[in-house]
Amino acid sequence: MAWTRKDLLTMRELDAAEILTLVDTAASLQEIASREIKKVPALRGKTIVNLFYESSTRTRTSFEIAGKWLSADVVNFSISGSSAAKGESFVDTARNIAAMSPDVVVVRHSSAGAATLLARELPCSVVNAGDGAHEHPTQALLDLLTIREKKGHFEGLGVAIVGDIAHSRVARSNIHGMRKLGMTVTVAGPPTLIPPFVQELGCKVAYRLEDAIRDVDVIMMLRLQNERMAGDLIPSLREYARYWGLSLDKLHAHARPDVVIMHPGPVNRGVELSPEVADGPYSVILDQVSRGVAVRMGVLLLLAGSKSAEAA
Amino acid sequence: MSLLIRNGRVVDPATSVDAVQDVLIADGVIERTGPRLAAPPGTEVLDATGRVVCPGFIDMHVHLREPGHEYKETIASGTRAAAAGGFTAVCCMANTNPVNDNGAVTDYIRAKARVEGVVRVYPIGAVTRGLRGEVLAELAELAEAGCVAFSDDGRCVMDAALYRRAMEYTLPFGAPVISHAEDHTLSRDAAMHEGVVSTELGLPGEPAAAEEVMVARDILLAELTGARVHIAHISTAGAVRLVRDAKARGVRVSAEVTPHHLLLTEDAVRTFDPNTKMKPPLRTKRDVEALLEALADGTIDCVATDHAPHATSEKEGEYDRAANGILGLETAVPLLLDRLVRPGRLPLPTLVARLSRDPARLLGLPGGSLAPGSPADVTILDLEASVTVDPRRFRSRSRNTPFGGWTLHGGPWRTVVGGAVLAP
Repeated sequence: MAWTRKDLLTMRELDAAEILTLVDTAASLQEIASREIKKVPALRGKTIVNLFYESSTRTRTSFEIAGKWLSADVVNFSISGSSAAKGESFVDTARNIAAMSPDVVVVRHSSAGAATLLARELPCSVVNAGDGAHEHPTQALLDLLTIREKKGHFEGLGVAIVGDIAHSRVARSNIHGMRKLGMTVTVAGPPTLIPPFVQELGCKVAYRLEDAIRDVDVIMMLRLQNERMAGDLIPSLREYARYWGLSLDKLHAHARPDVVIMHPGPVNRGVELSPEVADGPYSVILDQVSRGVAVRMGVLLLLAGSKSAEAA
Repeated sequence: MSLLIRNGRVVDPATSVDAVQDVLIADGVIERTGPRLAAPPGTEVLDATGRVVCPGFIDMHVHLREPGHEYKETIASGTRAAAAGGFTAVCCMANTNPVNDNGAVTDYIRAKARVEGVVRVYPIGAVTRGLRGEVLAELAELAEAGCVAFSDDGRCVMDAALYRRAMEYTLPFGAPVISHAEDHTLSRDAAMHEGVVSTELGLPGEPAAAEEVMVARDILLAELTGARVHIAHISTAGAVRLVRDAKARGVRVSAEVTPHHLLLTEDAVRTFDPNTKMKPPLRTKRDVEALLEALADGTIDCVATDHAPHATSEKEGEYDRAANGILGLETAVPLLLDRLVRPGRLPLPTLVARLSRDPARLLGLPGGSLAPGSPADVTILDLEASVTVDPRRFRSRSRNTPFGGWTLHGGPWRTVVGGAVLAP
């Protein structure tokens, strides 16, 4: 189907057909990674600005590689050394960037809604690369692409998302995407990390790891953010790891043998995942990372390259 | 110096009048109301045929920002916004810079208002010095200087013992304490109401309980001390229930509600427009219904706008970093007429009472009535007028409203202060 949106801001606003278009486009671009010359001319002459207000290694690198493989000019704009450090407001920065006529702005920001705000301000396409605890659509898309490769389909699959749901944009984007593709989602964690009324997003809630991971096809473990590792939300890292960390023993005792383990990274080894699970046969964590480049190529191509897409 | 407002529908809840009558004003006071009054020679005549003539509206909760934040609002601009919106008197909160926590600041505000203001201005004094919640402000001096109530509005006095002492100390002054009911430990970092929408948007939320815990506390302290406590900008069904129960027990508690809490819900935040961000935050549909019911039955005593001007630069960026608060003075009356009175959800005389008689009663202010001898403060409404809210045309120095572009039927037609007709 034809892509008509100016921006990619949330999974919530997409319908199933749009999500499948994004996933299929990404799938078709995957083989570029295995070429000797990793370059297609699809976005030649297009300018992509990576505007990152939060530190990020893999997402920014992934967008940068994706843009370069498509022959776009990619400019990185990160907070240290840029205007934000001098006190320029987000809106002013946006207007200044708009004045430089980019074709796509990829934005990562700690405030929920930042990408929506930018998309309203800018005439060019905006890609949300993570806004606060709101959404991270390209992460959900690469998770979906990975799941389809491992399981062959979406409809009817069961997924457990475990950990700090309250502060996770990855969880929100995945819940929306997975529900729209016919998957069943259970979120799990201590009640202080489960946001109120989360069932209204269409998922189930479990308060024991064992209950959450039983009979699911996919387990997605979330990173416990450093600043939440001890304090008023959980008593201690030790207690969290003991009750919510996924070990090989728990996996063998409660999960199906064909389950796959996902993690958006970076992993706190020994906290949410034991090293033998993170590096073991169930883990598809590195597959997720490599799919990330294909997904971002697909997104950039659909947003910026509708006419030149055939040339690819 | 006399004025005859002729042939309007006079709605004066204080004297239980709702009839087509004339209102005769002389020397700044209401001389008489009645059918077909004779105009003495030289009387200016204002034909109000087809309009509604009410006691001047009083907004007991505004932020005029002067002294200290004149880039947001001044006494001159804020009182012009009030007049344009149909208000003849406003009570201004103490969170200026310097804080209105001593008689000199109160004197300054009143002097400025006399010279530059166009409606009546009644200052509200701080409860604690610097609004810091640590020691009492000089409350007796504030009362003597003319403060009509005491409030740390914008912040909640978290120290219950200190707030109890403030209630006791101010008992002889006959002026209530006004509670900004928010437990700051429960609302820490919050940018909106905690509920379905905050979960979806990933914005930090504050639960309804953050307000209700403090409403409950302040009702208990009012019971303990015998003081009068007024709950500012009540916003939850649970807080309404607490106030209703307390009133039934005879506790001296009152409450106000803002137009935005009566008309908008948390759903408005989905736009990430910072003009939907304020304290308390926009709540749920169920809360909105409870507020309207309580306003109609008198559990909520009055409507106040919490007019909170902010510069555009403070209200256009990231939602969680934007300032709290929205304008109210120039949109309140059209919004309430269009959304509550016109569809029959609130009788017009009830709305008029909640905007005039009731706030005057709560604060012991002159006005709120068209009885002979009252100040000649009159708000005249045109229920047929149609206006599209255009923030660029506001008299306020600020533009922070979520209602821009709304087309509303009904609004203020003329505002009369002390017998002088102010064209809106």
